[in-house]
Amino acid sequence: MYAQMVETGVRRVKDAAEMTPEERAFQARIDADVKVEPKDWMPDAYRRTLVRQIQQHAHSEIVGMLPEGNWVTRAPSLKRKAILMAKIQDEGGHGLYLYSAAETLGVSRDDLIADLHAGKVKYSSIFNYPTLNWADIGAIGWLVDGAAIMNQIPLCRCSYGPYSRAMIRICKEESFHQRQGYDIMLAMCRGTPEQKAMAQDALNRWWWPSLMMFGPPDADSVHSAQSMQWKIKLLSNDELRQRFVDQTVPQAEYLGITMPDPDLKWNAERGHYEFGAIPWEEFYEVLKGNGPCNRDRMKTRVKAWEDGAWVRDAAVAHAGKRAARAAKAA
Amino acid sequence: MSKEWPLWEVFVRSQHGLAHKHVGSLHAPDAGMAVKNARDVYTRRNEGVSIWVVRSADIAASSPSERDALFDPASSKVYRHPTFFPMPDEVKNI
Repeated sequence: MYAQMVETGVRRVKDAAEMTPEERAFQARIDADVKVEPKDWMPDAYRRTLVRQIQQHAHSEIVGMLPEGNWVTRAPSLKRKAILMAKIQDEGGHGLYLYSAAETLGVSRDDLIADLHAGKVKYSSIFNYPTLNWADIGAIGWLVDGAAIMNQIPLCRCSYGPYSRAMIRICKEESFHQRQGYDIMLAMCRGTPEQKAMAQDALNRWWWPSLMMFGPPDADSVHSAQSMQWKIKLLSNDELRQRFVDQTVPQAEYLGITMPDPDLKWNAERGHYEFGAIPWEEFYEVLKGNGPCNRDRMKTRVKAWEDGAWVRDAAVAHAGKRAARAAKAA
Repeated sequence: MSKEWPLWEVFVRSQHGLAHKHVGSLHAPDAGMAVKNARDVYTRRNEGVSIWVVRSADIAASSPSERDALFDPASSKVYRHPTFFPMPDEVKNI
């Protein structure tokens, strides 16, 4: 999802007999739903996996600001512009909560950002797609933030205290994002036929990438078992994806637009929607860096970081000068 | 590479009369900027009426390994809780 295919560094999950006494005690606390806090002992693989997962999540938040930033100057009204800016500011805030959570594990934020810019760490595949028109902003809020909420609500109960607390803050704010998106879709679907066609076109383009956000099918997801035992992943990719489809299809019906999936149908026996094959080859291409916007997103990120360097340096120099002056006066 | 801004812990008083509560941390070059950044990061929805910031490096904390030594002594002193003393039903206002 926002963190996809997080590498755990383990080939298979150890059973209790193979664990060291420390690892057994650690797993027992997790099984008893006791939160792990920064200064507690934890296995190295748990720490490394969490750093990877939280930083992927944080990077997704700040890269996610870019496709939306594209539309701030072209929002159709002052009200929509103000709302969009508030949402983008939230995404920046969510990134900051998550970077702080990662820093409690002994890494520095600047190093994490350097890893992102060097292409060593991924962000969610979804942000490598372009926002071509205003309806895309509606579709992102409705579908992308909807998928994010689906994934993040269970993470509020994850085993690592600072991550869980960050997720709680984020979930409180995320619901606004989804509703503002649906509100845009509603306005367009109730508008002219051309506007409704734009909403349908945005849904056509964002539907499959949104389903890919949950990551590969469980059968191909090698690291899930370990992450689930550590309770840093609470529900499987396929389970979350199914829930998302089930809740979203009726919302599209209300809008009067349809998912671009001829195989989509309700299965009364299972009580779930069945859906067609997800184009996974596209997902893996995007992860490899060959999505429509990968290079552009990174270029924008790196430029923002480099163009801001003098401001960060000046602020440090100014703080140093004032501290020196205060020390002299004392 | 430039110097990284130091880390600050942020405490927010959510309403008059309540204590400041830890809400998270952030980076800032100095205390003034830390308060301004905390306003934007942690109080975008009227979460607070007052903010404290303190350099993370200045916080001294107990360590998990001291947990037993620090906190176990209290668990045997149950008489510190009012419920330790059974009161006859006839006795009121106590």
